[in-house]
Amino acid sequence: MAEGHAITHEGAGAQREHHAHAALAHHFDNLEQQREAGTIGMWVFLVQEIMFFGGLFLAYTVYRWQFPAAFVAASNHLNVRLGATNTIVLIVSSLTMALAVYYAQTGSRRNQLIFLLVTMALGTTFLVIKGIEYYDKYRDHLIPGSLIPGRPFHWDTVQHPLPIGVSEHNLEMFFWIYFAMTGLHALHMIIGLGILAYLVYYAYKGRFTPEYHAPVEISGLYWHFVDIVWIFLFPLLYLLGRHLEH
Amino acid sequence: MEETLATPSETPRVNYLNARYGLKSWLLTKDHKRIALLYLGGVSLFFLLGGIYAMLIRIELLTPKGDLFQSQTYNKVFTQHGIIMVFFFLIPAIPAVLGNFLVPIMIGAKDLAFPRINLLSWYIYMLGGILTIWALLSGGVDTGWTFYVPYSTNFSNTYVVLAGLGVFVSGFSSILTGLNFIVTIHTMRAPGMTWFRLPLFIWSHYATSLIMILGTPVIAITVLLVALERIAHIGIFDPRLGGDPVLFQHMFWFYSHPAVYIMILPSMGVISELIANFSRKNIFGYSFVAFSSIAIAVFGFLVWGHHMFVSSQSIYAGMIFSFLSFAVAIPSAVKVFNWSATLFRGSVSYDTPMLYGLGLIGLFLIGGMTGLFLAAIGLDVHVTDTYFVVAHFHYVMVGGTLMGYLGGLHYWWPKISGRMYPESWGRFAALIIFVGFNLTFFPQFVVGYMGMPRRYHAYPDIPIWQVLNVMSTAGATILGFGMLIPMVYLIWSMRYGRAASANPWALPGLEWRTSSPPPTENFTVTPVVTWEAYEFAPPEELKVIGKLEPRDRADYPPDYPAYTES
Repeated sequence: MAEGHAITHEGAGAQREHHAHAALAHHFDNLEQQREAGTIGMWVFLVQEIMFFGGLFLAYTVYRWQFPAAFVAASNHLNVRLGATNTIVLIVSSLTMALAVYYAQTGSRRNQLIFLLVTMALGTTFLVIKGIEYYDKYRDHLIPGSLIPGRPFHWDTVQHPLPIGVSEHNLEMFFWIYFAMTGLHALHMIIGLGILAYLVYYAYKGRFTPEYHAPVEISGLYWHFVDIVWIFLFPLLYLLGRHLEH
Repeated sequence: MEETLATPSETPRVNYLNARYGLKSWLLTKDHKRIALLYLGGVSLFFLLGGIYAMLIRIELLTPKGDLFQSQTYNKVFTQHGIIMVFFFLIPAIPAVLGNFLVPIMIGAKDLAFPRINLLSWYIYMLGGILTIWALLSGGVDTGWTFYVPYSTNFSNTYVVLAGLGVFVSGFSSILTGLNFIVTIHTMRAPGMTWFRLPLFIWSHYATSLIMILGTPVIAITVLLVALERIAHIGIFDPRLGGDPVLFQHMFWFYSHPAVYIMILPSMGVISELIANFSRKNIFGYSFVAFSSIAIAVFGFLVWGHHMFVSSQSIYAGMIFSFLSFAVAIPSAVKVFNWSATLFRGSVSYDTPMLYGLGLIGLFLIGGMTGLFLAAIGLDVHVTDTYFVVAHFHYVMVGGTLMGYLGGLHYWWPKISGRMYPESWGRFAALIIFVGFNLTFFPQFVVGYMGMPRRYHAYPDIPIWQVLNVMSTAGATILGFGMLIPMVYLIWSMRYGRAASANPWALPGLEWRTSSPPPTENFTVTPVVTWEAYEFAPPEELKVIGKLEPRDRADYPPDYPAYTES
């Protein structure tokens, strides 16, 4: 067997660059091909993500069309200030991510570490603010169905009288879509933070160089995508119909 | 002829099967060929399980009375037959087994672009399968494989959540497989392997992957919402909250109609290979066949409404969906005509794979034509939810996919196992399966047109209905035994079969230019492609592998390493 291994190894080795980079996987010819595969792979994955979120965007569109008054009333119950703050936080985090990619490309270990950490901090800020918003909804009995056992959805009709033709169930539908969409988005943020932590570890080890920095670039694509989803969620959930308040 | 054809100069003694031993070397492998075999084990297991359910259905329908099952049990049996066959056999069968094995080899790559993701996809598939089996063992699920709301969310008291999670999870395995194929085909083709030199098997897998990427996430989110709706009593499909159950049907069929093309397109790819290679002739209208795959993938996304002609969809939407469904017939017909034209004046040999290939053309013709019946709104209303529909989709999905799968498995078996299967047994089994299949499903067209509804455990005591059902059950028995024959002799041949040469069929494709079974890295020398697909050139022209001809200089990257060596 030992001899056999030698043959296999030699066979594979003959095709590769003679001084292959340590990060070059066995089945690629060179780093450029490997980077291209990773990049296209991430784009294809993001297309898949669009379709995944697409189901929820479709549901949002259908029911907003069907229950416009309920959606406006429920939407006005969201905290637009916190939502706007989160939007700014995420846009800035996209900038810092782009800078982290830039410094990975130019080979500055210190700066790439700084910007990766800042991006992580901004991502965490977003999740904390989101948590505060979720807590507000919990306090106001606005978590739909039996997601929280023993604490059913209840709309305070004294403080916020129901608009004509709107039932409490329609409002519950809005909040379900709100939680489903922002919850799925938050899950993606948490995964993004995990990826960033991985990048920070390897950036600290000095793994990313001008020659090899594909993981930073590709993770950047993912991070920007998650931001863009929020850029759509914020106006749809918080802003549309806001001028119709009171 | 075999000697003159290109065989790699030194056949390595070490191949992918014996490079390493032990359970760990299989369960942690990153070799696409070994992962294909893992998938082969998985899908065979689920096929057997789904087949047992099918037999139970046929035994129950032998008599008009419901004597074997209660109606509730019967509901579970056909549901589980559907879920297992659709999500765990038909969808992964060809792409995950044959595609996984052959896509890298046919384009001259060492592996898929993401070997670890490939292995992950198998584990995800098995996890989804285990969740589903868990649901079956806990007491089963009775919603039909379609999980229609509000029955599945509010009324069914079976294990919908577990089964739904199984489908949700296994969806990601097909997403990852599709992603891997797309990236591999884009970035890892060997020097000289241009898009229009790709075998049609690759084109059809590319089209399939597009559907996997665009469709599967939609069913994932839909099934997830159904599961959450059951768990948390809240959901967008619940009429009590102003939700719309028809929205579920839209979202479900947006995936599940294209899913039919996930099943049939890879099979069409296999058949294109079989027809061209066993006619020893270039395929008629290569680019038409290639682009018809893409056209089917695109049109496939625009026809889901034809499942909903009786679901309160507006008549105008119905008319548009009807028209678009007719339109899908065009690229499908392009394929059938081109296959027939390829056969014309070819030197056709009737080996086992080709028998399946020819069988598929016949079965797909019937399945496709009856699809046109169903695309016509008026006729569809008449036969909605009858055995006519059941017969139609079994002709397309089973006749189409199963024939392609078996044909492909036999055709590439020498490459996969390094052994030949027994040819006479192969032909015998192919014949039995073809006869059994037609005897099973053709009577169902008739009884369905007479009005027998699907999904009931009993039917009125009308003599002709019973005659047709008995024919169908007899056919299913023949089909079942027919299926066991290849299972037995393929396993037998792995140990006792005649050793296969690198190119047992004497064909020009890239997969026949490496040893059988191939080494772990597929080719000892990166192949350089200087020939067109299906180029049945004089044998001396074929000996170019590994040698570099000066005229092909433009085909290589400037830093191509083998260049300086030769």
